[in-house]
Amino acid sequence: MTLGTWLALFVVLVVAAEAVRALRHRGLRQERWRRFFRHRTTSWGLGILAFLIIVALAAPLIAPFDPDRQLDILHLTNQPPSWTFLLGTDFLSRDIWSRVVYGARVSLGIGALGALMAVSLGTLVGALAGYYQRWIDAVLMRGVDVGLALPRIFILLMAVALWDGLPFAALVIAIGLTSWFGTSRLVRAEVLSLRQRDFVVAARALGADTGRVIFRHVLPNAAAPIIVSAALGVGNVLLLEASLSFLGIGIKPPGASWGNMIADGATSIYTAPWATLFPGLAISLVVMSLNAVADGVRDALDPREEPA
Amino acid sequence: MGAAWLLRRLVASIAIIFAVVTFVFILIHVAPGRPCPENVDPAVCDQLNRQFSLDKSIPEQYWRYLIALAHGNLGYSFADGRPVREVIAGTIPFTLQLAGAALLLDFLLGLGLGIYQAVRVNRLPDVVLGNVTLFIYSLPTFWLALLLLLVFGEKLQWFPVGGASDPVLCPVVNSWYCVADRLWHTVLPAATLGLVGAAGTARFQRAAMLEVATQDYVRTARAKGVPERRVVLRHQLRNALLSFITRFGLAFPFLLTGAVLIETIFAWPGMGRLAFNAILSRDYPLVTATALIASTVVVAGNLVADILLGIADPRLRVRASADVEAVTA
Repeated sequence: MTLGTWLALFVVLVVAAEAVRALRHRGLRQERWRRFFRHRTTSWGLGILAFLIIVALAAPLIAPFDPDRQLDILHLTNQPPSWTFLLGTDFLSRDIWSRVVYGARVSLGIGALGALMAVSLGTLVGALAGYYQRWIDAVLMRGVDVGLALPRIFILLMAVALWDGLPFAALVIAIGLTSWFGTSRLVRAEVLSLRQRDFVVAARALGADTGRVIFRHVLPNAAAPIIVSAALGVGNVLLLEASLSFLGIGIKPPGASWGNMIADGATSIYTAPWATLFPGLAISLVVMSLNAVADGVRDALDPREEPA
Repeated sequence: MGAAWLLRRLVASIAIIFAVVTFVFILIHVAPGRPCPENVDPAVCDQLNRQFSLDKSIPEQYWRYLIALAHGNLGYSFADGRPVREVIAGTIPFTLQLAGAALLLDFLLGLGLGIYQAVRVNRLPDVVLGNVTLFIYSLPTFWLALLLLLVFGEKLQWFPVGGASDPVLCPVVNSWYCVADRLWHTVLPAATLGLVGAAGTARFQRAAMLEVATQDYVRTARAKGVPERRVVLRHQLRNALLSFITRFGLAFPFLLTGAVLIETIFAWPGMGRLAFNAILSRDYPLVTATALIASTVVVAGNLVADILLGIADPRLRVRASADVEAVTA
């Protein structure tokens, strides 16, 4: 770690903390936001997420070494954490801190893209089924029943392991295509109850076309469960990618993702536990933050309030 | 919730399983690469392909598979020609043992913590436990497995680092030793799955208890002077357990997914590891059969949960029959 990278890291920490503080300060004026920030964990979750997102974006400034470079395969393998190698080095003498920083790009990217795809698809299918009902509903929901009964990890293993050398995009698409079933059920239930409400009936009576009714009137009112399932979805997709990479069939080496870093670390876990420890800690932190934020959103947007 | 409802659900369940099997069958057959390894003589491969009907078209193979399935025949494993049923039957006791132990820990610990948190809501124990369960719930199971293995298997040497039993001592010492030995081997993998599950159950159960806490009947019970203990156990808990039944049905997919990774890490001879290896070696009949069993477990779990819910909650019976009347009217 050089002075420059320490400085960059410090700046990122300050920016993340300030961003959350500013948001919290502004938010306290509104009842809904006040409820969102009521748990201390929510602010912490937002802060950690902001920190890691900025770290991922500014990776070249913060990572002291090239993440894929084997620094010195003879003398620098499995070094414990030190001031030079903040989180130690792995069995190929690569700097783990640099790999965690660059791995954030891959892992957060897959999490965000996969979840975006899954939630969009789930929302679309759920809205169509709930709004049109009749045979469209029947067909779509029977499909969802099958999707929920699919052993997802088997399907992904088959798709990723057997079509060898799939590009990054295909992995995201495969995960997105198998992760939307739960969301669609949730959205359908929400739309079913909303479409009977007066403001939707009024919009229809005023001659608004179906697309407008669904996107302007129905879906905005179903935002709470959609946002919650998106936040949880990012965490789930991230865990899924990590599992696949851990089994050796996700992100291909030497590219770093937190999942394949754990797999690499597991080969030398008894001599260099830090190579396994830190990427896993990174995953846990992200998933925990997302869960905390989802808790906050649920509290803020759910009218059924638990006693304070 | 009458016989008609049950029959409809059963038919739907079978249709779902059928669709899953079809999907998996097509996916594995259109995937590139053939089951025969590259270093095997092509003539032998051809002969094996004919023996397993792999030279036929996919629709024809599918048709043959369905016919065999209808006769209760799951086919023969490519690896050693043993009947798939026999191969899978050998792994099921291990999977049940692991899943059973994990579920036990999951439910006992999770329910206990969730109820305790709800009773102490927003006080120190609840806040501390809330943060702890949030953290554990967010851990990747395979990472937790590696850490437990490192600490309790390698450093402290309290538990074995893999396998389901001691292959050397078990056959020669008496059978009680074997039982204890198998339980000993179960501890770490079951703790991994059970702890993460228990954290989820605790979070779920706490929320369910608190949702019930604002209901009129709970307030009424307090108002008429029912002792607090009885309010919590009889009025809150019994109603909060209803949503727990649904969670019980949803626990199976989690255990199945977790099982693939955990069984691989702990070299546990269960169905998850079998399925993983079958996929990698393109053992078509074995893959399709494990998918069949996995989806059956998931669907059956949901069905059982719905039936239990119907028995436990009289309100649902009324609502279900009202639904039927609304549809038929």
